Amino acid sequence: MTIETYAPTGTDHAESPEMLGRRRFLNWLCIGLGAAGAAAVGVPVVGFLIRPLFVKKPGEWRPVGKVDDFMVGTTNLVKYTDNSSVPWTGVSGNTGAWLRRNGPQDFVAFSIHCSHLGCPVRWLADANLFMCPCHGGVYYKDGTVAAGPPPQPLTTYPVRTNNGQVEILTSPIPVT
Amino acid sequence: MAAEAKRGNVFTRAWRAFDDRTGTSKLVGPILRHPVPETGRIGWAYVFGSATLFSFMTLVATGIVLATSYIPATADAYNSLQFISHDTFGRIVRGIHYFAASAMMICIGIHMIRVFLMGSYKFPREVNWLTGVVLFALTLAMAFTGQLLRWDQDGFWSLVVAAEQAGRMPIIGKGLAHFIFAGDTVSGATLSRFFAIHVFFLPALIFATVALHLYLVIHDGISEPPKAGDPVDPKTYRAKYDALLKRNGVPFWPDAAWRDAIFGVAVLCTILLLAIIFGPKELGNQPDPSIINAYPRPDWYFLWYFGVLALLPKGTESYVIILAPVLLFVVLFGLPFVSNHGERSPKRRPWAVGFVLLTLIMIGTLWQIAARAPWSPHFDVQPLSAQVVGTTSGPVAQGAHLFNAKGCQYCHAVNGQGGNRGPDLTKVSGRLSQDAITIRILNGGSNMPAYGGNLTPDELNAIIAFLKSREREGTNGQ
Repeated sequence: MTIETYAPTGTDHAESPEMLGRRRFLNWLCIGLGAAGAAAVGVPVVGFLIRPLFVKKPGEWRPVGKVDDFMVGTTNLVKYTDNSSVPWTGVSGNTGAWLRRNGPQDFVAFSIHCSHLGCPVRWLADANLFMCPCHGGVYYKDGTVAAGPPPQPLTTYPVRTNNGQVEILTSPIPVT
Repeated sequence: MAAEAKRGNVFTRAWRAFDDRTGTSKLVGPILRHPVPETGRIGWAYVFGSATLFSFMTLVATGIVLATSYIPATADAYNSLQFISHDTFGRIVRGIHYFAASAMMICIGIHMIRVFLMGSYKFPREVNWLTGVVLFALTLAMAFTGQLLRWDQDGFWSLVVAAEQAGRMPIIGKGLAHFIFAGDTVSGATLSRFFAIHVFFLPALIFATVALHLYLVIHDGISEPPKAGDPVDPKTYRAKYDALLKRNGVPFWPDAAWRDAIFGVAVLCTILLLAIIFGPKELGNQPDPSIINAYPRPDWYFLWYFGVLALLPKGTESYVIILAPVLLFVVLFGLPFVSNHGERSPKRRPWAVGFVLLTLIMIGTLWQIAARAPWSPHFDVQPLSAQVVGTTSGPVAQGAHLFNAKGCQYCHAVNGQGGNRGPDLTKVSGRLSQDAITIRILNGGSNMPAYGGNLTPDELNAIIAFLKSREREGTNGQ
């Protein structure tokens, strides 16, 4: 396959300063128009893609059970729906927390995410420990690190009692 | 000319007319018949690049078919995959997709090692090595995003682990993690985003890079088998290569391509056979993060890295997570810039051979360890039997019960029953005094929680009684 290049016969005209200037102008016109077109389309395209980074949805208080459902000194798994859930999120919009009752009105809600790399920690009631199935992180009942690679304690979520209900504030997945 | 156009059957004439209008033969013919060095038996080492491409094309074909039934929404992906997996042909198509992904990873790995060991990345093929590195990175990205699209428990938690790792990046880490989640948490947009990346963005990049890769193969020629004592000199290499082709070059099609065809079809048949016999990877539980009893594990190609993350010394992992991939790609990208001439033969490049062997041994060892994951607690371990304990009553029996209930057995084995994170305690009494055992239980150790605030004196005494009873080999330490 050969591609023939345009070679005007009027060489003087083709190489004239006016023609060279016109070509330079057309050259930058094409590049400029292309860039402007790409930018015009690119703004909404990239904007839509990165928009979630800038949308901060305020947390919502979720009831997770009556105050009396939780005995003092126990840690229980509570489940609720995340606030960023949309109808097509399905069960992936569920979330959970380990709710510990330290006193009549003293509740602590621990994240289920290991502070190492986010795997789901389990509460071992007899051992009074949280353990992670991924890389062996272990935490005491107060969420402090007992063993393994976690760099910091379990994240806690805001928790309150309201009209006899325990409520947890929906929060982002903790990125440590 | 007119007479020739009328010769042959209708198909021949149709092809001739088509070719006349499109110039297909003129375009493709010289590419197919371009001369390549006669390689002999060692030509079998050259087949892994084409096998990678065959695997990729298989992935594209099966991926398109899967996309006709797969619903890329977090709510429905799992159920749509269940539907596909329980259809006779759907199961096979998913199986082909799964095993083709594995084949692509294996073939691209072997191809890369072959190119490295034979010094094929040296002058004038440096840029093609770079396109190969890009393809390797894209293949890894495809493997990872593909695993997520399975969207079961493993898929969900792999996503979380990936976001957590991205979060370790300085300055942009948090933003990157939220970009991966498509928000603060896993939401409706999360899976759709990875679906788009997996089926549109990455394949488009792969197609473009493969096109460039193949163009450069034609432009620079397929490297000849290396000879010890015949180093690459950029000043003379092209002339020598041209002379070699004139002397004993053969047309790529079919003189060299037949090996690619045979091996490629063998790979495809193996993929098909595995898909029919074993089917695709079973889906785990629903991707519901509130189901705590998850046991997240990556697919086999990332399992060794799972081991790395568990075995890194504390405090170093943030650096490794960020710097190791950067370092890897700096080394791979930098290779042709620092070593584009000299010996190509592995016989004269012991450091290259050693580097490959060391890498394979390291990854193999990590794989083997990660498959066992001795650092993970064994949550499902059964309490020790009365035969192992040696009694059914008294402090020893009570201690054995507590040994399980308090989680000791999740990390310590006795008579082969229990976890491997901590030392085997089958003969602990012979190794540690009662005082040492007591101190270790109460204060913990380097990787053991302190049980001081978690045991009553009676419970502590019972566990010590049980552990002290472990010395009687032949009865309970058999």
